[in-house]
Amino acid sequence: MAEELPERQTDIGPPHYNKFLPPVIKDNYGKWAYHEELGPGLMVHVSETGAKVWTVRVASPRLLSTASIRDICEIADKHCGGYVRWTTRNNIEFMVDDESKVEPLMNELKDKGYMIGGIGRRISNVVHTQGWVHCHSAATDASGLVKAVMDELHEYFHSKELPNKVRLAVACCVNMCGAVHCSDIAMVGVHKTPPRIEHDKVKNLCEIPSTVASCPTSAISPDPAKKSVKIKLEKCMYCGNCYSVCPAMPIADPKNDGVAIVVGGKVSNLRKPPMFSKLAVPWLPNNPPRWPEVVDAIKRILDAYIAGARKYERVGEWIERIGWEKFFKVTGLEFKLQHIDDFTFARETWRMQATFKWTD
Amino acid sequence: MALKHETPLLDELEKGAFPSFVKEIKRAAETAENPDFAQDLLGQLELSYKEKVTHWKHGGIVGVRGYGAGVIGRYSDVPDRFPGVAHFHTIRVNMPAGFFYTTEALKTICDIWDKYGSGLTNMHGSTGDIILLGTKTENLEAAFAHLSSRGWDLGGSGSAVRTPSCCVGPARCEWACYDTLEATYQTTMRFQDELHRPMFPYKFKFKFAGCPVDCIASIARADMSVIGTWKGNIQINQDEVRNYASSGLDIQKEVVDLCPTECMTWDGNELKINDEDCNRCMHCLARMPKALKPGQERGATILLGSKAPIVTGALMSWVIVPFMKMEPPYEEFFELVERIWEFWDEHGKNRERIGELIERMGFPVFLREVGLEPHPAMVKEPRRDPFYFWTEEDIEK
Repeated sequence: MAEELPERQTDIGPPHYNKFLPPVIKDNYGKWAYHEELGPGLMVHVSETGAKVWTVRVASPRLLSTASIRDICEIADKHCGGYVRWTTRNNIEFMVDDESKVEPLMNELKDKGYMIGGIGRRISNVVHTQGWVHCHSAATDASGLVKAVMDELHEYFHSKELPNKVRLAVACCVNMCGAVHCSDIAMVGVHKTPPRIEHDKVKNLCEIPSTVASCPTSAISPDPAKKSVKIKLEKCMYCGNCYSVCPAMPIADPKNDGVAIVVGGKVSNLRKPPMFSKLAVPWLPNNPPRWPEVVDAIKRILDAYIAGARKYERVGEWIERIGWEKFFKVTGLEFKLQHIDDFTFARETWRMQATFKWTD
Repeated sequence: MALKHETPLLDELEKGAFPSFVKEIKRAAETAENPDFAQDLLGQLELSYKEKVTHWKHGGIVGVRGYGAGVIGRYSDVPDRFPGVAHFHTIRVNMPAGFFYTTEALKTICDIWDKYGSGLTNMHGSTGDIILLGTKTENLEAAFAHLSSRGWDLGGSGSAVRTPSCCVGPARCEWACYDTLEATYQTTMRFQDELHRPMFPYKFKFKFAGCPVDCIASIARADMSVIGTWKGNIQINQDEVRNYASSGLDIQKEVVDLCPTECMTWDGNELKINDEDCNRCMHCLARMPKALKPGQERGATILLGSKAPIVTGALMSWVIVPFMKMEPPYEEFFELVERIWEFWDEHGKNRERIGELIERMGFPVFLREVGLEPHPAMVKEPRRDPFYFWTEEDIEK
């Protein structure tokens, strides 16, 4: 017998957030006067009314089983009146309305192995995409890269301070569902070879005009004889946009897919305007499960930043001050032909001045 | 339940200090009501780690009745070896603004997902939705009936309005210059049809940030970025400034010297700000939250156009309205959005984001057609070339 289902509703939208606000938040909504960072994963917000809310932040792998969500709920039920929230970077935040509740909460979180931190001039949770866990266009895994990198850098989440916050991100392909293009240090899965055309499948799976139109470099044109398309290989820059439109043009290539590292982006307006990330390393091999080459390069960049940046300088601000030529010198990363832009915004990136630093 | 597949490569990622996603998948494989999903996900993921390639096929159109968005179809390309993930569709559930939950609500979602899915989630997806990761086509309607009857609706996907999201805003931040949670909620409700039924050239994302710190990354990740700001003077509490100084903050070095507009002075006793020259970057406020507050006339700057590099390069949103009061019922804002969508509908090509369209057509054309007055806040600098257009009205006949 078919299961009796409750009456479905449509277009109801999300529940109103008001239903989910802890009482101290609801009572002081819009009345917050200031906040203080009390530790790597602890801050207090103080209201104009004198009320306070303490927030304890913990790391999360983003991918959570319902069993783990229930564990989180149990802690929130015990300590936080049954409320919990997530941050925009997938950290979990537990809030309490009395100082006496902070220590028991933190003790329980520590006892249960949660990593407390991510507040202030540190590395917060890594924004990332699905990778091989769930995506058809992934050129690398995302969760695995995050885990490998953060196992190395976790001290900067839960204890050590940096010149300023460092936002890490991973995108498993150049679609960049994560905020890779404006992050301090980010990894992105890239291809190195053009798509392969499965001519027998194109006519059933793909619309030829939209496939042709999808190519940003006009490398794809119709091939009427084959009822398919053809590619001018020398024009292809391996973005994979055609594959998004036409499943008969797979681009994944296990030997040649890899990881690029981009650096120096930010979204906040503090001091300097938001900045795009720029290419630091064009390609490193996919070497799961620990991606040692990628982890090594990230550490090198972070170490150079720690050694060279002034207090409050974000990675991009530090590099702007010292110059990109100096960045390559202090990180020891090799500058290659691929670093020189030949795409949409190329002209803006060439050095139209006679002043630069000697780095040889 | 014992694990079905050997996963030596993934097992490596159970080690180490940072929380492990492999442990999460294994936990679901061992304890979930429908363990086959997570069991075979482990097997397939191990194969990807071994072969260095994804084993998910290109999408496929699946969904719930009456909606064209909210479900991402996903199929294994090795279903014979991993039948548990032959179908592994994602349901995007529209999260509450600000990401606050009661545990009761979370447990309800867990119950539904244990029954109708893999027991795996993302909290949250890149856009902000609750991601219910992995189920079969035949479970979609039942999962949706249970979710929606308990007050949860689906999020956006494809060429639709994507689930709007925001920073923590006035719920727990003293810098919020407008109510980001309410603006997110009202925008989501206003555009339910556009969210559930894709009808645009491509996706359209809204993100609401309460101040120029932009904790929701709106300037990089939203077609329409609404960033809180203020007019008038930064509110200064001089006693608190002195308290920061006496407790070790080097106000000259760490605040005044880092001001990008050089609009501040500090004589060891009093902090002076020439607000006319301030560009509201937030650095001084972030250093001294107890002493400095945004000005009292508050609203938002509306920026448009950001996107990731696919296809012609990454864009950040740029200013189209320097200042708008963001207050209920938000009619001015919604009318602007609708005028922008008309322009996009009229001129946009398939898979062309609004930012790319404006690049192609020209920002002046956009401003004229949408009916926005040019303002120096819209550009960093005027054009360098002499190749500009005039209209009929500008010409003497």
